[in-house]
Amino acid sequence: MRINSKLALTILLTVLFLYRPVCFAQELSSNELIKNAKQYDGQSIIYTGEVIGDVMARGNYAWVNINDGDNALGVWMDISLAKEIKFTGNYQARGDVLEIAGIFHRACAQHGGDLDIHVQSLRNSSPGRIVRQKLNFDKANLSLILLGILFLIWILTLFRRK
Amino acid sequence: MILKPRLQDLKIIGFYLGKIILGLAMTMVIPILIGLCFGEINPTLDFLISIEISVLLGFFLIKICRTDKDLNWMQGMIVVSLSWVVAMVLGAIPLYLSGHWKSFLDACFDAMSGFATTGLTLASNLDHISYTHNLWRHLIMFLGGQGIVVIALSFFVRGFSGAFKMYVGEARDEKIMPNVIHTSRFIWLVSIVYLILGTLALGITGIFNGMRPVNSFFHGACIFMAAFDTGGFAPQSQNILYYHSIVYEIITVVIMILGALNFKLHYHLWMGNRKEIFKNIETRTLFITILAAFSIVAVGLAQAGSYPSAILLFRKGFYQLISGHTGTGFQTIYAGQFIQDWNPLALVGVIFAMALGGAVCSTTGAIKMLRIGIIFKACKEDLKRIIMPERSIVIEKFHHIKEVFLEDKLVRSALIITLAYIILYGLGALVGMFYGNPFLEALFESTSAAANVGLSCGITQATMPAGLKITYILQMWAGRLEFMSVFTILGFLYATIKGK
Repeated sequence: MRINSKLALTILLTVLFLYRPVCFAQELSSNELIKNAKQYDGQSIIYTGEVIGDVMARGNYAWVNINDGDNALGVWMDISLAKEIKFTGNYQARGDVLEIAGIFHRACAQHGGDLDIHVQSLRNSSPGRIVRQKLNFDKANLSLILLGILFLIWILTLFRRK
Repeated sequence: MILKPRLQDLKIIGFYLGKIILGLAMTMVIPILIGLCFGEINPTLDFLISIEISVLLGFFLIKICRTDKDLNWMQGMIVVSLSWVVAMVLGAIPLYLSGHWKSFLDACFDAMSGFATTGLTLASNLDHISYTHNLWRHLIMFLGGQGIVVIALSFFVRGFSGAFKMYVGEARDEKIMPNVIHTSRFIWLVSIVYLILGTLALGITGIFNGMRPVNSFFHGACIFMAAFDTGGFAPQSQNILYYHSIVYEIITVVIMILGALNFKLHYHLWMGNRKEIFKNIETRTLFITILAAFSIVAVGLAQAGSYPSAILLFRKGFYQLISGHTGTGFQTIYAGQFIQDWNPLALVGVIFAMALGGAVCSTTGAIKMLRIGIIFKACKEDLKRIIMPERSIVIEKFHHIKEVFLEDKLVRSALIITLAYIILYGLGALVGMFYGNPFLEALFESTSAAANVGLSCGITQATMPAGLKITYILQMWAGRLEFMSVFTILGFLYATIKGK
């Protein structure tokens, strides 16, 4: 029994240690991080947002830009974590929404003074998807009407010249 | 006695305005082609609608106002200033139709910001914008940087003496070639050659940075257009910070400096006259003002302890400074960091750099280096007059492609334009403060708009009051055209009301 409780305690401590950033870090928005950068510099934080643009692999690491709706922040992560990203946001796709836990840097000494986050762990909280663009019939009709008017004017000009 | 403008004046203005609108409409074919390539149907329709409206308007003006008469100075200036307003409205149509701008005023703001190569933006959700619209945002910078009228002169207008009047009205008073049409074409040649080289350099860097090849070359072309035309838009909301790359930063610094140089200087460098770069008053003044402004910024950043090491301070400080001085507006920090992390002294250094600008006959805005150099020389001449014996004759010269004697009319002209810019910066700051912004922030944003820079400390956003948006639009317009065309249109309106 005592052995079991020791084992349970060890497992609990290990889990807490592994998920320590997620457990003790504060969830913050990009606006809060930029506005209070000095306060959060070097601290563990949680930041959630959509992956946008390209996943830029740099050796064993990668740069990923994550937009929470107000700003996009640069996030530096291990390439193995970056491989979990399936969709990145652009005109034709909604990117994966990631909840990342990591260390926030106001002026990162490793990355030329950039304001960034070094990821420790991440969770794909909402997978991305391809956005199918439907034809906007209002726009199509308007362009056809305008084209018709232009064509009519051109014909009238030809007649007047003759 | 002030004479009321005649119907003939309006017809001539309308006719040439129509031609320029047709020229502008033709440029919309480029985003349509891009839209088709990327299979973006709705964005392509946005441009189809815009091109049709533009062709209808241009065609209507040409038909109604048909004339064989040439432009006089007043008409030429009015055509130019109206062209920029019409370009703003027509250029805003596809932006507004995209749904990324909350109102038509916001789309007009970005269109003027693009054409005037400013770079301030009110776009929302920029990271999901189509390739088609993104290309248009950067293309209008490329077109505006060379000059909307220069486009028409290069491709759509046959040689006529009124061409020079429109060319001057667009704040380009230096002819590189004997003929103004050839000058316009040379400006295009330089820009296209650099466009190819710059896109290649940035595209290859993008691939090495881990971007997809299509994206890296698309971004390369967009960033080149924004850098060489000292614009400042970028395809992503993070601006240059998106790339996380020192190589990208170095390449953009080189392109920004190339864009800030006089096209006449480019011509002489291309012709093998490399010594000109060391002798020219503009490059010398630029070098001195960069050193002076960076010293202020560096002291400010060191005092504030903004960066943990001197190298980081240099990288961040120098990039924002060069971006401001050349009138580009690329940022490698977030807008809010200017206020949160930089101290007032560093901000003053950037404002000082933004207010000065690059060379005349370049794509930059602001007071410009030639005028600063001339004013400095005039001060030197006056000091010499005080120090030297009364009977001595003091003659001051400066080197700008050739040796030029410092005449009073040159000094007067430089001082008037400098004063006009300072008033414009101040007026914008007053309006900014009226809407509740602190003095330094209001001055920063106002200088950025009027000098066509595009750096922002956070005031410019979609939620700012409409009055402030209109103020910045007017500042960008007046700043880009260097006042003369704007003064002429004001005089024309006055004559229409009060004239006999």
